[in-house]
Amino acid sequence: MTKNEFAVIGRPLPKVDAWAKVVGETKYADDLFLPRMAYAKLLRSAHAHARIRSIDTSRARALPGVVAVVTADDLPRVKFGILPVSQDEEALCADKVRMVGDPVAAVAAVDEETAEQACRLIEVDYEPLPALMSIFDSLAHPEVMIHEYGDGPNVHKNVALQFGDVEAALEGADLVREDVFFFEGNNHLPMEQHAAVAHWARDGKLTLWSSTQTPHYVHRVLAKVLDTPAAHIRVIATPVGGGFGGKTDPFAHEIVACQLSKLTGRPVKIALTREEVFYTHRGRHPVLMWIRTGFTREGDITGCHLRTWLDGGAYGSYGVASTFYTGVINPVTYKIPVYKFEGARIFTNKPPCGPKRGHGTVQPRFALECQLDKAAEQLGLDPADMRRRIVAEPFTKTANHLTVTTIGLGECIDKVVEASGWRDKRARFGVSARQAPRRSPKKRGLGIACSAYLTGAGTAIYWNDMPHSGVIVRADRSGGVAVLCGATDIGQGSDSILAYLTAEVLGIEPKDVHVHPADTSLTPVDLGSYSSRVTLMCGMAAIQAAERLRDAIFKAVARKLEVSPAALVARERKVGVPDDWDKAVPFARAVELGEALHGVLAFPGSYAPPKRAGKYKGGGVGPSPCYSYSACVVELTVDEDTGTVELENVWIGHDIGRALNPLLVEGQVEGSVYMGIGEALMEEQVFRKNLHKHPSMLDYKSPTTLETPDIHTILVETDDPEGPFGAKEAGQGPLLPVIPAIANAIHHALGIRIDEVPITPDKILKALDLKRAGKPARVGPERLPLFTFKEPLVVESAFGQPAEAVVSRPFASDDKR
Amino acid sequence: MIRLPAFTYLAPTTVDGAARLMAEHGREAMLVAGGTDLYPNMKRRQFEPKVLVGLRGIPELRGIRGSAAGGFTIGAGTTLSAVAAHRDILRDFPALATAAGLVSSPQLRNMGTIGGNVCVDTRCNYYNQSYEWRKAIGFCMKKDGDICLVAPGSSRCWAVSSSDTAPVLWALGAKLRLVGAEGERTVPMAALYQDDGIDYLAKRPDEIVADLQLPPAEGWRSAYLKLRRRGSFDFPVLGVAVAARLEDDVVRDARIVLGAVASQPRPSEKAAAALVGQRVSPELIAHVADLAAGPAKPLDNTDFSHPYRKKVTRVFVARALAAVCGLGDSGVTSEEVA
Amino acid sequence: MKVRVALNVNGEFREALVPVHKTLLEVLREDLELTGTKHGCELGECGTCTVLVDGEPVLSCLALPIETAGRRITTVEGMAEGGQLHPLQQAFAELGAAQCGYCTPGILLTATALLARRPSPTRKDVKEALAGNLCRCTGYTKILDAVELAALRMGRQEART
Repeated sequence: MTKNEFAVIGRPLPKVDAWAKVVGETKYADDLFLPRMAYAKLLRSAHAHARIRSIDTSRARALPGVVAVVTADDLPRVKFGILPVSQDEEALCADKVRMVGDPVAAVAAVDEETAEQACRLIEVDYEPLPALMSIFDSLAHPEVMIHEYGDGPNVHKNVALQFGDVEAALEGADLVREDVFFFEGNNHLPMEQHAAVAHWARDGKLTLWSSTQTPHYVHRVLAKVLDTPAAHIRVIATPVGGGFGGKTDPFAHEIVACQLSKLTGRPVKIALTREEVFYTHRGRHPVLMWIRTGFTREGDITGCHLRTWLDGGAYGSYGVASTFYTGVINPVTYKIPVYKFEGARIFTNKPPCGPKRGHGTVQPRFALECQLDKAAEQLGLDPADMRRRIVAEPFTKTANHLTVTTIGLGECIDKVVEASGWRDKRARFGVSARQAPRRSPKKRGLGIACSAYLTGAGTAIYWNDMPHSGVIVRADRSGGVAVLCGATDIGQGSDSILAYLTAEVLGIEPKDVHVHPADTSLTPVDLGSYSSRVTLMCGMAAIQAAERLRDAIFKAVARKLEVSPAALVARERKVGVPDDWDKAVPFARAVELGEALHGVLAFPGSYAPPKRAGKYKGGGVGPSPCYSYSACVVELTVDEDTGTVELENVWIGHDIGRALNPLLVEGQVEGSVYMGIGEALMEEQVFRKNLHKHPSMLDYKSPTTLETPDIHTILVETDDPEGPFGAKEAGQGPLLPVIPAIANAIHHALGIRIDEVPITPDKILKALDLKRAGKPARVGPERLPLFTFKEPLVVESAFGQPAEAVVSRPFASDDKR
Repeated sequence: MIRLPAFTYLAPTTVDGAARLMAEHGREAMLVAGGTDLYPNMKRRQFEPKVLVGLRGIPELRGIRGSAAGGFTIGAGTTLSAVAAHRDILRDFPALATAAGLVSSPQLRNMGTIGGNVCVDTRCNYYNQSYEWRKAIGFCMKKDGDICLVAPGSSRCWAVSSSDTAPVLWALGAKLRLVGAEGERTVPMAALYQDDGIDYLAKRPDEIVADLQLPPAEGWRSAYLKLRRRGSFDFPVLGVAVAARLEDDVVRDARIVLGAVASQPRPSEKAAAALVGQRVSPELIAHVADLAAGPAKPLDNTDFSHPYRKKVTRVFVARALAAVCGLGDSGVTSEEVA
Repeated sequence: MKVRVALNVNGEFREALVPVHKTLLEVLREDLELTGTKHGCELGECGTCTVLVDGEPVLSCLALPIETAGRRITTVEGMAEGGQLHPLQQAFAELGAAQCGYCTPGILLTATALLARRPSPTRKDVKEALAGNLCRCTGYTKILDAVELAALRMGRQEART
């Protein structure tokens, strides 16, 4: 199909929820006020690591206005966690706290002020334990166990995978580079602080409204920890005011709100403060990385060996997946014939890290792309040309058995190179180009980097054979169509995508489609808004459901018009034969005909990704129906006296497969670039004296309009056979190349390497000082942990093998038109 | 949501009345003008006044009067936005307009007043934290505790003066009129401060900064440079204010005042003296910048590392001097220097 | 200390009996049911809670109703006139300037004040005016575009009338 065959797809339409958002009518979780609602606050640990000896809540209970006080004793003693293998969290800590901010008690009161006062009246007797605040601390003190489970003392996960003979490949290389990088942790910083409202009604049924990206997983966890049948629990995800992965776990405050509602017989709201959001965290893991790669003279990669150490924080969260993700996605981008990956996630007494935009892949991408830049320099190659040469082959497998379909990366590189004036500026800017005596301290530089990202995880969080996404489409006699889907709109536009796709298939307008999202009682399960899965998975399910509805309607209209159903088309809110359009039936009438023939017109659509997991343990993380690709060129100025970096332009080419709505895709790309800039230059979640150093919007630095450069987005369409109308993801991938592109541009400007994120002005000045002193002009990590990775699981490299059959997936319609 | 503690709000309509209320309520009372410094601090329980004396309803505190030849009087209740956008200030005291325009964010400048900025609480990243955070770390001497967390063993508090306008006003030779319950006095900027993170203001609690008086602008040029992470929101972690009067290219008078390097704005008198009578040259500027930056001893209690802030002090002094002396050292943009 | 405050919100006189220490943000949301005004930090560090007071953007989290009594308060609910969206609202919806939408009310109001003061702002003007409103979704690009589009349309409107 070419673009102009579509009526809705490819048009820059407003989002369906845009109108409510611009007039302030959208109800986020904290905007809900129910009759008799009580307000709750959590009392959080002031210790990074301590045993709880006792908790005295008597003074809090006595405070007028307090309606309930709870501790772990008031909840079933059931641990939870997002991954079945890491059930290590408690809604309220019973015996031990593992970080400052761990919840230990909660108060519900007539207002928030009273609840807060009451929390301050609770006395907790702690027995402090040694706090382990870094990977090094935790490995050095195996006698201090943060958890009793894992792959070793304070080791949450230890993985090692080898695909082919990497040592041999490196031996045969013309150049072998070994580099060490560090990526500091950072927070999602959604503008909306998490909030939840629970109502345990008198009929014994519980409803939870929450700003969550994963209502289905919250539903499962509530049933487990509250010891209540899931059938009596309803979770509604309210519109999420920014997620970025930070609202993807089930959280203590959600569970506690439910229990307090049960105990008080009143609706209960908990709204976190900004500081609490920093403790809730699940943000980017700090990752230390060692990467050894062999190159030929021409710039081809002969093999790559990557080691990662993740600072996981106090709980498991998605950590096992995060660990794998630091290793498994890099091979999707370039031709890497053999590959070895070793990774370990270490527990520390800090807020738990988890999935942030680009989950686990952002850090090793920084390492690989900076290393490529260094290699290109050493080999005398242009870094753009070198990358262009080694782009992976479409419809092949990677060394680690991932099936790759379409790849638009070559075109992305070409386009950003051209748009940015790469060749001219690389020659004109840059430290090597300058012979003139110092005139201005402001030096310009240009850098490039590329990346790939999955379009939805190929496996669910809990093992099952059910759909990952389900949609019900119901046609109304009015001509309106309701779409029920468990997906959560976190601002990315999933409600809109559902409306567009349904409208496209049925030949109606998006306005005729009413999307009812994210309500576990009403909507088929969608696993959640994470891993860039929603457009593809919900989209495919919606298309299937809409096609089934369309087929039913066609059958009825065909009878009426006495033509074959195959002769019919649906467009312009009509159903008819193109050559006899005057007789076309209005859509509402067509629905009536359909309902008369079939009864109620409601059809399901289901989607599960193709089963392509590598046949080895650990092969379940990394597979995706298809991968998006991005290439990024950054143009910047560095002040060599102050180390200040000013970004001027970012060009980003993104292989989107197909832009279902180019406006929304651009928005996702621009937002990704923005977030990458923040991580590259200023955002960091750091600790001092066991405490978060700056849990506030003022001191945790997030770029404003003034730090954000002009972003030039170039969309490349490859029409992927796995995606809805060919679409791939856009929400995460474009973040990845921005950070190394900035690092590489700084090197171009000044001839220094900052192998550590964030790249702050003081690190730049330090590197310049080293350079002036004739030392290696590099600032970055100097040491690696003493740690024994487990024996690698050795698997043959699948590099270059042809992709397995495309478009063969569970629940696919046989009657594919 | 983080909320304010309870208090009684009094709204006098004259400065005298406000001063009397402050005297009457003593230590329990605090003044509030724009509220942009006070309310966040109250929400974090850094301040817990029982009584607030609101200055907003006092007309005499607002407005800018005067002339270039006779000098200007700026009512302390004038918003930072109004100062930054005032035609005469922009023309005659551009460094002041720059500094006022660089405070925090546009919204905050619409609320915050110049009097409030001059009196802004000293800051420290062990102190500007929530009650729970401060309790977890064991409190510091500035509030609820008895030690200094940035310099353990210190008998004094090292919280940092974080006003943008104060160093500029000082460098410009401004005076301020203080109105107290016992009467009023007009003092130079220097007399408002002392180098102590807790008692950083040398005025009596009942004294109200009523207005700021700028001397005639004739012949003076001025510049203000601010170091911070972002172009908005952030407090200065270094401020450099330079004012100078030149005849041809010979410096006749000069003042250099650094912000955010101590618990009060810190004048570099030695450095300024080294300029006077000299013909401006890059070498002179480099020398003076060294003199000015030398005594600055930032501590590790704000954004950016303190060695870095120290390093940049020299650069910023040199740049501000170059701008004021018309040397046009590159690296300074028009926004940074007025 | 509870006080009776009479507020002029979106052209309506609204009375509330509230503790004096309750901020304008809290009173708007919790007493007047105007939840269009959002909050991201409540400490003046993000701009999310911006409303207009006498046409100027201020932070409702740091304002007391007692200090704004008698002044004109505009919230996002008051931007549309009659059935007609404000051109900024229209442009934000059309251009995808609202993603999660949470910072949108504050940004719309800040931009309203800018366009009232400067009907044809440059990109730099818009960036500076919005430098006190954090947005984590959009990279600001579509927001800046939408403000410019609204300015253009309002200019045309002006020229016509």
